[in-house]
Amino acid sequence: MKLLPCPLNGLRNISEFTYGGEYHPMPDHRASSTRDWAEHVFFHDNAAGIVTEWWCHTASSFWFLAERNTITDEIIRTFKADEIYQHRVEFEALAPGNDS
Amino acid sequence: MPFGLLKYGLNSKYPAKHHFTPATELKKHYDVVIIGGGGHGAAIAYNLAKYHGITNVAILEKNYLGGGNTARNTAVIRSNYLTEAGVKFYSASVKLYNNLSNEFNYNVMMENRGQLTLAHSDAAIRSFRWRAEVNQHLGVRSELVDRQTIADLVPNLNMSEDSRFPIMGGLWHADGATARHDAVAWGYAKGACNRGVELHQLTEVEDIEITNGRVTAVKTNRGRVECGSVVQAVAGASSIVAKKAGIPLPIHCYPLQAMVTQPYKPILTPHVSSPQVHVYVHQTSRGEFVIGGGSDPYPLYNTRATLDQRESLSAAALELFPFLAQARLLRQWAGTTDMTPDYSPIMGLSPVENYYLDAGWGTWGFKATPICGVTMAELVATKKVPDLIKPFELERFYRFEQINEAGATAASH
Repeated sequence: MKLLPCPLNGLRNISEFTYGGEYHPMPDHRASSTRDWAEHVFFHDNAAGIVTEWWCHTASSFWFLAERNTITDEIIRTFKADEIYQHRVEFEALAPGNDS
Repeated sequence: MPFGLLKYGLNSKYPAKHHFTPATELKKHYDVVIIGGGGHGAAIAYNLAKYHGITNVAILEKNYLGGGNTARNTAVIRSNYLTEAGVKFYSASVKLYNNLSNEFNYNVMMENRGQLTLAHSDAAIRSFRWRAEVNQHLGVRSELVDRQTIADLVPNLNMSEDSRFPIMGGLWHADGATARHDAVAWGYAKGACNRGVELHQLTEVEDIEITNGRVTAVKTNRGRVECGSVVQAVAGASSIVAKKAGIPLPIHCYPLQAMVTQPYKPILTPHVSSPQVHVYVHQTSRGEFVIGGGSDPYPLYNTRATLDQRESLSAAALELFPFLAQARLLRQWAGTTDMTPDYSPIMGLSPVENYYLDAGWGTWGFKATPICGVTMAELVATKKVPDLIKPFELERFYRFEQINEAGATAASH
């Protein structure tokens, strides 16, 4: 079976993992329109080539990122999310009626 | 008799005829350029030429006619979907399929064998009852059947109550059918080319020129072509081609794997599908058992076959049909399915004024081929979106109005 190197658990069978979608930067939730959110949620690059994406080691619920080639099916590297996320994102609610 | 056949083949009284003359030189301008020479592209061209009198049309195919997902699907035709939009759309397609050989005067080997979907849980029975009601309301032959009826319909199915997932009931779809998928593409291409459409194979679209929100030309590996409008019908390459026109799509491409056994004598009439054990099986008119429906667990633009899928498809097929244990596999392959978040296609207008989308065909593209040809041709010719495909427009995702098609193959809910 194909193996995937988990940053927490080491090399494991790929069947132990769940694919979690493309990584793309989240729009600013205070400044973006409903349309922006729809695009962020539903639309994908779906690129043929090297992509960055979320994966989860199902057994340990550990989420991380992977760079993978979607043409050759090669996993180039995997890394912990703190390489990208260094600060906490605050999701304070907007005032009612102001949800553009 | 082999000698009789050889004599017939060499006899000048019956010369082999080509289906159509392939186009040679690209013209400078076409009224309509269709990107993608599969069943859909050929069907759109055929309808434009035959019913709308638009014949200055080029089909640009990067490989050869019907060599992509048209040749890789498992040729299942059915309309027992769950949403109103889906059932209406696919049942119109099944009706067209039933008359397709007459329409072409060319045999597409349509066989109305029926389709049986198996329920292995109470939840599945409830959802099948729902589907049967929706289907009957919209004039599709679909009914909930009990174990005895299933045993009568498919005498060699494993009805044991000791299996891991015993069969509790099923959804019987008498309109279910199969046809030769290559012949569908060939029939459409033949009819289109005989009416003046040009099929350009080995012609890859490399770039799309857009001025003031309109497509003006496409650049190919064989030169630049000006065009009145463009239709993209490229299934697995949908995201890649749409990106050239600057259009983002809500699509992820997953390989879907299937396999066939060596031919055996006819023993299985209907198409049998089990969403619980993730497999479907039918026997072709040549005698091969087609075992299908394994989606890879992550996106990929690669049509390799994997041992993982071979194991899981075989295990599931053997649970339904233990007699297949001795069958020999002939081949295994994959197609790139362009999956949408709601398991419904993306058809119609795009943000570019004269650029039309025929995308998001996931695991439901072959069965939609004839109706897709009719509706997309009508759209291109009249600039009005036909009612049948209005719900499938790209804009639905921006309005959060997805069409959750839980009746789709590979829909995992």
